[in-house]
Amino acid sequence: MSTPIIEFKNVKKRFGDTTIFSDFNFTVEENEIVSIIGPSGSGKSTLLRILMTLEGIDGGYINVAGESLWHMHWQGQYVPANSKHLHKMRNHLGMVFQHFNLFPHMSVKRNITEAPMRVKGVSREDAEKSAEKLLNLVGLADKANSYPNDLSGGQKQRVGIARALAMKPSILLLDEITSALDPELVDEVLDVIRNLVKEDSFTMLLVTHEMYFAREISDRVCFFDKGAIVEEGKPEEIFISPKHDRTKAFLNAYLGQ
Amino acid sequence: MEFGEIVSVLLQGAVVTIKIVAMALPLAAVMAFIFGLIRLYSPAPFKQIAIFYIEFFRGTSALIQLYWIYFVLPFFGITIDAMTAAVVALGLNIGAYGTEVVRGAVQSVPKGQYEASIALNFTARQRVWRIILPQALVNMIPPFGNLAIELVKATSLVSLITIGDLTFKAKSLADTTLQVGEIFGVVLLLYFIMSQALALLFKLLEKRLSKGLGRGGIN
Repeated sequence: MSTPIIEFKNVKKRFGDTTIFSDFNFTVEENEIVSIIGPSGSGKSTLLRILMTLEGIDGGYINVAGESLWHMHWQGQYVPANSKHLHKMRNHLGMVFQHFNLFPHMSVKRNITEAPMRVKGVSREDAEKSAEKLLNLVGLADKANSYPNDLSGGQKQRVGIARALAMKPSILLLDEITSALDPELVDEVLDVIRNLVKEDSFTMLLVTHEMYFAREISDRVCFFDKGAIVEEGKPEEIFISPKHDRTKAFLNAYLGQ
Repeated sequence: MEFGEIVSVLLQGAVVTIKIVAMALPLAAVMAFIFGLIRLYSPAPFKQIAIFYIEFFRGTSALIQLYWIYFVLPFFGITIDAMTAAVVALGLNIGAYGTEVVRGAVQSVPKGQYEASIALNFTARQRVWRIILPQALVNMIPPFGNLAIELVKATSLVSLITIGDLTFKAKSLADTTLQVGEIFGVVLLLYFIMSQALALLFKLLEKRLSKGLGRGGIN
């Protein structure tokens, strides 16, 4: 078996007096699509935010692509990562946010080209060509010169996906990407992800409340509660024959079975 | 004295006032940005210096600051002409208030913007200059407009260090002619016109900068 692309080992995370993870272990294989479901406050989003280096950890280790995310070797010792190390590690990761977080002062096109040009040194020509392709992929080729505030929520989120993909991350983190959308706009965003995984292989970690989507797209589903994985398995196992009472109760509430 | 003559003398004073504003305002903006950013982003010793500057210039009288720079500094071997003293004192004073404008505007940019810029792997410097500040700038313009008007009004203090500004001319005219009604009426009007002109300028600036941000009425 190959080394996992993401590995959490005995990870601890606290917010003040609240413990999110007391001893968390978790792995994701390369090109695996993993959905994380569970009640709010169970640490689902925190997991993604730690991976994206938006939150630090209070103990344990995390490996991404075979290298420690939050630590580095320095003079023969294992020390907390500096900004240079984090900068290097972030190249592996991309994230799409619940509230889009598009840059409102930039056109749609610049939202997508800015990071490849400034961070990776891609030429303007190449960046714009690739932005064009990405906008085609998400069905917004005609919106290149619009500003985020002129777009609907679904369109914003599709730009958010294009923007994350422009950096060519090997791991894509999707943090409740349809939770802030009107119900009728959810599908246009999920369709983009469906097409994406059809055309290319991705390592993808998604936190979602769209149970049918999770079931359809995932290789594995993890049910989270109180900072731990209560139950995980193939989508059919989790959705059709969950073993734990807590999983059953959660799915019942969600799917109304 | 004829009304036309009064107006012409006062206009000369107004030109001096405008000159002071035109020089002190850029100085205030530069101070506001430098110390605002130091206050926000730099390590402890620099931050303390910034806080000292801000609290000192906000916490003491502008007139006394002016007196210090013009009358007291010469005792320490630093002699500067009245005009420079006026620009420096007012620029530093308004600049101290401006640092808080910069800080507040930067902090009002949603946290998600900062997080998105980390997720796209921008460096710390790029995050500030390319993502946060361009958005914060729009938030700064209205409060900066207020400070600019404060500055116009504060310039009247410079009449007390021998500068022939609008207030100075008005007082000397009033002393010689005793036509206080006409003189101070015109003076009020001139200050008001200058303030309104600045307010308009800042409105236009805000409109220009808010392109795409969905506020300020341009889209």
